[in-house]
Amino acid sequence: MSQHDTTQSLRQGPDSRGFFGDFGGRFVAETLMPLILDLQREYEAARKDPLFADELARLSADYVGRKSPLYFAERLTEHLGGARIYLKREDLMHTGAHKINNALGQILLARRMGKRRIIAETGAGMHGVATATVAARFGMECIIYMGSTDIHRQQPNVQRMQLLGAKVIPVTAGDGTLKDAMNEALRDWVTHVDTTFYIIGTVAGPHPYPAMVRDFQSVIGQEVREQLFDKEQRLPDSLVACIGGGSNAMGLFHPFLDDPDVALIGVEAAGEGLDTPRHAASLKGGRSGVLHGNRTFLLQDAEGQISDAHSISAGLDYPGIGPEHAWLHAIERAEYVAASDREALDAFTLLCRKEGIIPALESSHALAEVIKRAPGLPQDHLMVVNLSGRGDKDMTTATQCLAEELGLDTANGPV
Amino acid sequence: MTSPATSQGRLAQRFAATRQQGRAALVTYIAAGDPDYATSLATLKGLGEAGADVIELGMPFTDPMADGPAIQHATRRALEGGQTMDRTLEMVRELRRVDTLTPVVLMGYYNPIYARGVERFLDQAKAAGVDGLIVVDLPPEHDDELCLPAAKAGLNFIRLATPTTDAERLPSVLANTSGFLYYVSSNGVTGGAAPSAERVKQELDRIRAHSDIPVAVGFGIRTAAQAKEIGAFADGVVVGSALIDAQASGETPQAGTQAVLELTRELANALAQAGHAPSR
Repeated sequence: MSQHDTTQSLRQGPDSRGFFGDFGGRFVAETLMPLILDLQREYEAARKDPLFADELARLSADYVGRKSPLYFAERLTEHLGGARIYLKREDLMHTGAHKINNALGQILLARRMGKRRIIAETGAGMHGVATATVAARFGMECIIYMGSTDIHRQQPNVQRMQLLGAKVIPVTAGDGTLKDAMNEALRDWVTHVDTTFYIIGTVAGPHPYPAMVRDFQSVIGQEVREQLFDKEQRLPDSLVACIGGGSNAMGLFHPFLDDPDVALIGVEAAGEGLDTPRHAASLKGGRSGVLHGNRTFLLQDAEGQISDAHSISAGLDYPGIGPEHAWLHAIERAEYVAASDREALDAFTLLCRKEGIIPALESSHALAEVIKRAPGLPQDHLMVVNLSGRGDKDMTTATQCLAEELGLDTANGPV
Repeated sequence: MTSPATSQGRLAQRFAATRQQGRAALVTYIAAGDPDYATSLATLKGLGEAGADVIELGMPFTDPMADGPAIQHATRRALEGGQTMDRTLEMVRELRRVDTLTPVVLMGYYNPIYARGVERFLDQAKAAGVDGLIVVDLPPEHDDELCLPAAKAGLNFIRLATPTTDAERLPSVLANTSGFLYYVSSNGVTGGAAPSAERVKQELDRIRAHSDIPVAVGFGIRTAAQAKEIGAFADGVVVGSALIDAQASGETPQAGTQAVLELTRELANALAQAGHAPSR
């Protein structure tokens, strides 16, 4: 296991080979290796280019709608009777989730590199919608790979992508979910290396993607720092975010890694339970392995064959996790827990009824942990939850699961 | 980095022999356990006699990111049929009872090896009679993971070079490779479009300016005619997806095996006729 000196910043990773401790790297086929090295060079150059930063900032403000509000959830706080709960409202950003932050950053890089053809994988469809959106905005061809299972359960997002001019390609291999879509996107990339830019949607994949996606998402945590200081004149006590690949969590956590008094809590999807095979909790239920270009924690069998993940939320349905999370877990800087499908649905309903906000089922996993944790905490404990996306896309799933108990009218509904 | 054991191993001997015979070596790929253990073993045992000079035996993996549909389906059939790494190694041991000469290269992805433990895997592979490894998702940047330990254990580590491997990278790609170099004829996944022989020849000339390691060309070569064209200048020709399709084409598993061996004979004859104009 990697050692780290606690007097050193935890925000310096990865190393030159793309490792966060033992995790990360560039485990890709030779065909892709020169591209990845090229991408790394271009990204390093773009980071130092004030014009790149200016354009990203301008579009983030006027096109995406940043800053996203930091909202004090008064009735949720009152209901739970403990910690003061703030919601970071990424659900209010253009396209309805944090995914746009990264898609925008990467498409600016694609344009800088002269690439005109954009590909992406998507699970819940939010990254696909964000990518299709920026591709339309910059006039680029856009191809989205999406598992056939996910296409079925996230129909509204499929239609949004198509409306935006993207071609959505169903992936039937494997279980037809996010990992299979990522395999297919990698196959496309290796076939069209000269023209194509692959916008990976999460903090995983070969170096430099985990660091690059994190950097584009870190605007979330940077804003929280400033906003909470304005409201409460201090740092938060805890940050809570859901984790599939882990991009919204890493974006929230990263600016706070060197503040040891800020507790970082990542919530994986426990699906039908960690004691069943049907979950998506790579850290709680997996072990170290190599997939999709990086070494990280993976759900796999004793033979190293990758297991199919399960979660009610398509966006968390991935058998891996970003390598920086695997490292933060290994050095115990962040705490990782899990919430089940049922707990997420209960949290989903609670936020609808208490705050008038319909959260994404992904973000509902973070809220489920808040429900467990907040009542036992003092009233001066400041807890910030990343409300990473809105729940409109989940109406079919939620209505199916909750119709009976909530007395919902499904006669004309999307079911 | 090549140890005495690997420089005198079956791969080196086989390529020396085919060079001496003035022809390209036929490198055949089959997926271990496709469609089931017994059928796959029967195919494996027949390949050498049918004219395969080198056998690549695919280690099935759930997420074959560099493979096209034919090999994706084959490795999935194998996994569904209960293929494991133990059984793949058992196949090599079984082969070695009847064929001690044909080099066997295990091909696949890193995670099943990593899960087993690199040292344990290398010991078991060596003991089973494996000669080399091709692991798609381990570029030279990760040589410390498996390539260097494999060389130490006396196994060849065969690297892939691709059209995107530029002059700057070529030395690092060649540095620790041994046995042969696998030139991927076109950007893409296995089983894709046929390569342009003229362009591949130029690429091979470029590689040969740096090294005299045997170069086998693969990806998209399906027919005897294509093999003959590439075999006229390459040290080896790799055929995979077409053999996988042949295995799947039979009405019975036995008929599939016969189809694989028939195609292997055709390919071998084509290479024997092609002859070889050594470009050195």
